[in-house]
Amino acid sequence: MTHQLHELMRDSLDHCVKCTICETYCPVAAATPLFPGPKYVGPQAERYRGGDANADASLDYCSSCGICTQVCPQGVKIAEINSQAKAELAQERGVSLRDRLIARPTLAGWMGAPVWPVANWTTSFGPFRLLLEKVLRIHRKAPMPRWAGRTFQSRTRARRRAPNPSAPQRQVVFFHGCAANFYEPGTGAMAVQVLEHNGLEVIIPKQGCCGLPLQSNGQYDAARAYVRRLAAQLAPYARAGHDIVATSTSCGLMLKREAHEILGVDDDDLKVVSERMFDICEYLVMLDERGELNRDMQPVDMEVPYHAPCQQRGHGVGTPAMELMALVPGLRASQVDAVCCGVAGTYGLKAEKYDIAMEVGRSLFDQVRASGAPLSVCDSETCRWQIAAATDRPSVHPVEMLHRAYGLG
Amino acid sequence: MRGYRTILVERVDLGQGTTGRFHGLLHSGGRYVVSDERSATECAEESAIVKRIAAEAVEDTGGLFVTTPADDPGYADRFLAGCLKTGVPVQEIPAAEALRREPRLNPGISRAFEVQDGAVDAWKLLWGNARSAEEHGARILSYHWVTEVIREGDRVLGVMARDNRAQEMVRIEAAFVINAGGVWAGEIADMADCPGVTVVPGKGIMIAMNHRLVRTVVNRCEHPGDGDILVPIRTVCVIGTTDVKADSPDDYSIDRAEVQQMLDAGEVIVPGFRQARALHAWTGARPLFKDERAGEGGEDTRHMSRGLALVDHLRRDGVSGFLTITGGKLTTYRLMAETVVDAMVEQMGDARPCTTADEPLPGSEDGRHYWLGSRLAAQEEAMADDQLVCECELLPRRKLIEAARRRPGMTLDDVRRALRLGMGPCQGGFCTYRATGILHGLGDAETERADELLLTFLQHRWLGLEPILYGDQMRQACLDDWIFQGTLDVEHLPVAVPA
Ligand SMILES: Cc1cc2nc3c(=O)[nH]c(=O)nc-3n(C[C@H](O)[C@H](O)[C@H](O)COP(=O)(O)OP(=O)(O)OC[C@H]3O[C@@H](n4cnc5c(N)ncnc54)[C@H](O)[C@@H]3O)c2cc1C
Repeated sequence: MTHQLHELMRDSLDHCVKCTICETYCPVAAATPLFPGPKYVGPQAERYRGGDANADASLDYCSSCGICTQVCPQGVKIAEINSQAKAELAQERGVSLRDRLIARPTLAGWMGAPVWPVANWTTSFGPFRLLLEKVLRIHRKAPMPRWAGRTFQSRTRARRRAPNPSAPQRQVVFFHGCAANFYEPGTGAMAVQVLEHNGLEVIIPKQGCCGLPLQSNGQYDAARAYVRRLAAQLAPYARAGHDIVATSTSCGLMLKREAHEILGVDDDDLKVVSERMFDICEYLVMLDERGELNRDMQPVDMEVPYHAPCQQRGHGVGTPAMELMALVPGLRASQVDAVCCGVAGTYGLKAEKYDIAMEVGRSLFDQVRASGAPLSVCDSETCRWQIAAATDRPSVHPVEMLHRAYGLG
Repeated sequence: MRGYRTILVERVDLGQGTTGRFHGLLHSGGRYVVSDERSATECAEESAIVKRIAAEAVEDTGGLFVTTPADDPGYADRFLAGCLKTGVPVQEIPAAEALRREPRLNPGISRAFEVQDGAVDAWKLLWGNARSAEEHGARILSYHWVTEVIREGDRVLGVMARDNRAQEMVRIEAAFVINAGGVWAGEIADMADCPGVTVVPGKGIMIAMNHRLVRTVVNRCEHPGDGDILVPIRTVCVIGTTDVKADSPDDYSIDRAEVQQMLDAGEVIVPGFRQARALHAWTGARPLFKDERAGEGGEDTRHMSRGLALVDHLRRDGVSGFLTITGGKLTTYRLMAETVVDAMVEQMGDARPCTTADEPLPGSEDGRHYWLGSRLAAQEEAMADDQLVCECELLPRRKLIEAARRRPGMTLDDVRRALRLGMGPCQGGFCTYRATGILHGLGDAETERADELLLTFLQHRWLGLEPILYGDQMRQACLDDWIFQGTLDVEHLPVAVPA
């Protein structure tokens, strides 16, 4: 609790001049009066914390999208302060069964995978969802992914190779995250093919969950344990000089930055992993800058709306997905004018927050629908599920557009 | 409480004197165990009573005395012996334990002692006392300046006071007059022709930092010196203080060198102190009593006693119906009142016992101490349907309106003393114009007065801001300046700024 880095984040509250820019950009404060806004719960309320008891449960309405920190002109770590405070609140008031469950995608993943047809049937079965809402307070309309049956890990067992320090340049590690493992192995497979199409050999080591959902649900100790375990699995590859590439932009960010900055994890494994960690679009743009990207693409004649999710912006690398799509002949991608889709990982699944999440994303959904495009593009899985459900059309990862352009499938 | 009909006369607002300009420490007594044993014992006894009767105004932070690398390591043993001798509860804890509790403390501390210090909010304490007095039938006349003590022969009959709002003189007759004028007590004694009651103003500076760097009061385990205490109080922590003899009790100027001295002193307790944001600086003057007739005391105010001083003008000057009480500390305020009223009762031949140590003040009946999150918790209830006037201090519009209705004609400084308007990080940058607009809208301040309220408040905030402008607070001041000059163009308001 009194970790040095936490103190540093907390100290950044000193920089707040109350300019209110964070409040004007906060998508949640704009959608509901239940959330008093990032300035309020961040630098303002933090001065009242640290006593015996936590006083402001309203802070739980923060979706952890992180936009406040990004827009603060003074460098206040608003989102980080809020996350810390939320974790302390959770510690003090206890974590509900629901928040424990939805914060552990591997648990749901493993429960559903072997019985996937049944699992998929139940999650789309109205009465069951009503029951779920009653018992667990997971909103009956909240978007839920569909189990894919065999996990991505088991489908790619042949790629579980050892680190190879002598051929680091041409071999990359793919960090697929829980989403590709349980629900979207197709996205994972496309990513692998796109990387291979660019002359890279892809290693897929055994890997677990990064702990991000635990973190955003205030369960820091568990989150730390998860991310340490994952870092230990990936570190030998990073040490051997392999870059690590992720399709899950939020989980990639967790390893790159948040586990250190928010959870205060300091270990060496995490450090080497974070230095080698790249979002897949970021990585492909880097290849392109070095003249190494395969630019031989077929036209994909289509207009697509693209949404850069909050966590993608947290990487601070611009919008590489837009740059990649611009390379595809005929593809007319346009960025949606909206900050957040509302779901923020698990936030929008919760019964008491579903409506807020839908309100946050409303303008985004309207723009996607109005575009008339058959699909939309977005880097983050939970955002894609939310956007797809709200707009009645698929939402795909940017690599899928490249995959089409390369004529791979 | 003893059943007398009383009037309290105050020249400005309650808390405008030293009480509103102090450090915030409810002394366990630890500070005085070596140098001033009587004060130590008084503080130990009184702080326990104040915690009980004024629970709402006190945060039970606890305190530490730590031997930093800059301190004489030999003092700690004398300190411990002094605590035992004077009855100040103390317990030595391992330095590592102190560091665990207060991670920002200087890691070089060699010894640490736990004491029962607290933080006391002077305004809450004042309002509690004022309400209690009023409930017992007292009248409180603020903005009444005593200009004359009426004497007839050897008897004091009352006072003449100028009502500074109605601009008229008021004659107050009383069977007894108590001079509790603090550092101004000498001036008032002079008015009664009882010369030689010298109250030396021992001026000290304090700086509030933007948030709590420590949770408990931290004292350096050394002979009392400058800048050796850091007090967490409400949302801030306050470093202080100095002690220099001032020429006048009304000298509130802030010496630049002392600001630097305090920041350096902060570094000794919490390394990195200078990187933290300073909010506001102010000074106050201790009433250090020296009776010229008794010929005691010297020029070095740091070593003058903090003990309370009762001056019996009957015995000393042959004047009856008049007593002076001064010296002391905020911590011993109740004992001062008890002492002087006991003396009055004795002079009047009326044996009514004191009950102030037993009766809780209004608002403190449940014995619950102030806690840091309390305003946040209160705001949580009201959130959706009330605007915040002062965001930093979480002051909702409703509270301001209630206060304005109860007490028409307040200045913004009065609002500040009552509700903490403008005391947070932005120092009035965002709340001054809101509050002025609200008072104006209520009909409490017509246009010209509203302009004047705004300008005066800004000017007063500036006094405590300007000396500490560096880093984050400088940035804040520039933004505030832009709001008031650039956007609101307050320089061209059609009113003269009152001096
Ligand atoms: C820098 C500093 C730090 C301190 N820190 C602490 C601390 O941490 N803990 C602690 O216990 N004590 C502390 N003290 C001491 C404590 O603040 C004072 O002893 C105490 O507040 C004095 O209270 P008082 O009522 O005697 O005086 P005051 O609060 O000054 O009250 C006297 C009042 O008389 C009024 N008055 C004067 N002349 C007239 C007149 N002619 N007509 C009408 N009214 C008049 C004044 O306006 C004033 O409000 C500190 C003092 C200083 C200076």
